[in-house]
Amino acid sequence: MAHEHKLEIFRGTVKFKSNTQKIWGVLIFLTIVTAIEVVLGIYKPESLMTPLMTPFEGGFFATLGNILFSPVIYMKSLNLIFILLTIVKAYYITWDFMHMRDEKASLRRMVVWTAVFLICYLIFILLQEGGYVFEVYNGEDALIKKDF
Amino acid sequence: MDSTVVSTGTEGKTWGGGNRPLGSSYGKLMMWFFIVSDALTFSGFLAAYGFSRFKFINEWPIADEVFTHVPFLHGQELPMIYVAFMTFILIMSSVTMVLAVDAGHHMNKAKVTFYMFLTIIGGAIFVGSQAWEWATFIQGDYGAVQTKGGNILQFGEYVTVDGQEKFKRISIDDFAVSIPDARVEHERKNGLWFREEGTLPDYTVNEIYQGLAANENILVRSQIINEEGQKTVLSREESLRQIEKNGQLVVKGANLQVNEYGTSLFADFFFFITGFHGFHVLSGVIINIIIFFNVILGTYERRGSYEMVEKVGLYWHFVDLVWVFVFTFFYLV
Repeated sequence: MAHEHKLEIFRGTVKFKSNTQKIWGVLIFLTIVTAIEVVLGIYKPESLMTPLMTPFEGGFFATLGNILFSPVIYMKSLNLIFILLTIVKAYYITWDFMHMRDEKASLRRMVVWTAVFLICYLIFILLQEGGYVFEVYNGEDALIKKDF
Repeated sequence: MDSTVVSTGTEGKTWGGGNRPLGSSYGKLMMWFFIVSDALTFSGFLAAYGFSRFKFINEWPIADEVFTHVPFLHGQELPMIYVAFMTFILIMSSVTMVLAVDAGHHMNKAKVTFYMFLTIIGGAIFVGSQAWEWATFIQGDYGAVQTKGGNILQFGEYVTVDGQEKFKRISIDDFAVSIPDARVEHERKNGLWFREEGTLPDYTVNEIYQGLAANENILVRSQIINEEGQKTVLSREESLRQIEKNGQLVVKGANLQVNEYGTSLFADFFFFITGFHGFHVLSGVIINIIIFFNVILGTYERRGSYEMVEKVGLYWHFVDLVWVFVFTFFYLV
């Protein structure tokens, strides 16, 4: 079996001479990303501790907007940055370490789309439900008391 | 491969068999399928963690305050450093794994052996680190009082560091008074032989209360997260009142029922998620060792392909991939 490797990352802006060099290049990139995460996690810049936008007020379209923009409305910017950087890391681990870049498109889609769809669905359902239970516990007419 | 059907009349056509539409061998394909299913298992755990956290969003423990320890640097507060080190170790062992796979493509037995060895070492360091994390987490360091309602009350005082007023945690060992009339643990030999009970806490709530009353500087911190994203510190009167009226159990460290860090689900998820991941790393190390010996014995040299290294490599990278997410959702977010 032939083992050709695609040797470019960042959509072709960085090209490596050999597969080994690409591996070290990706390692450096992943290390930098982890370092950024740790530094942000330790210092927690004040400006990133609040969401980027405030929720829309009003009727149906405001609700729709709130759902569409929920990552920037309901999530601290810092957490959003963490999650995005994690997905970036996951991409390079899968694409370059697991050689997904060299697999056929059909195999890639079979694995990635299935997982991404199901995981997004699961996360949506559970977080939605978790937020609802929080309301039940802490709403004005909550029947559960915990402050004792 | 031989088919049990003699002739189907479709030989040489698309459905005649022998095609590899995905351009990948059976073993690698099955490994990918396994990885997808295992990814769903892990995302189930992490999503359940998110669910529980959203349920208790205003009282969830702050990970920065829980995981502050680094081996050999006792007593220093270094949040995140050790976990970052563990992440780096795992990524590094992923790199040596992919280098082993690359060497396998070039049929370079010596290099495959060397890189597989480094990968196993990296995995062992990671599992060891995780065991240490668990031990530290279970042992705990400050201790707390659990109330009748299941809330955790922690102790500390305000100190001024570099001109800034900060809340510094105080261990219950430092202020609890010893009252000698405390109940002794019930054992089979000193009581009813058919009854047993678990280990009693080091202190009773009354001992903590007396110690708190005697030290004017100590305040109680509740679980509730305030507007600044920090746990609410109670006033002196409220501190005393809470411990006296609601205190029920003195907690130090963590187990599956109760933990000193906050809501009990936090420790449950910690044990479950990092434990499940650690178990994956452990089994990955064992599989790596098996493959390592096969490489040394020349099994793959004779087979003419190092694809087995590639398959175990896929699993190993997956374990790394999961850790990247656990790191984010358990320690950072």
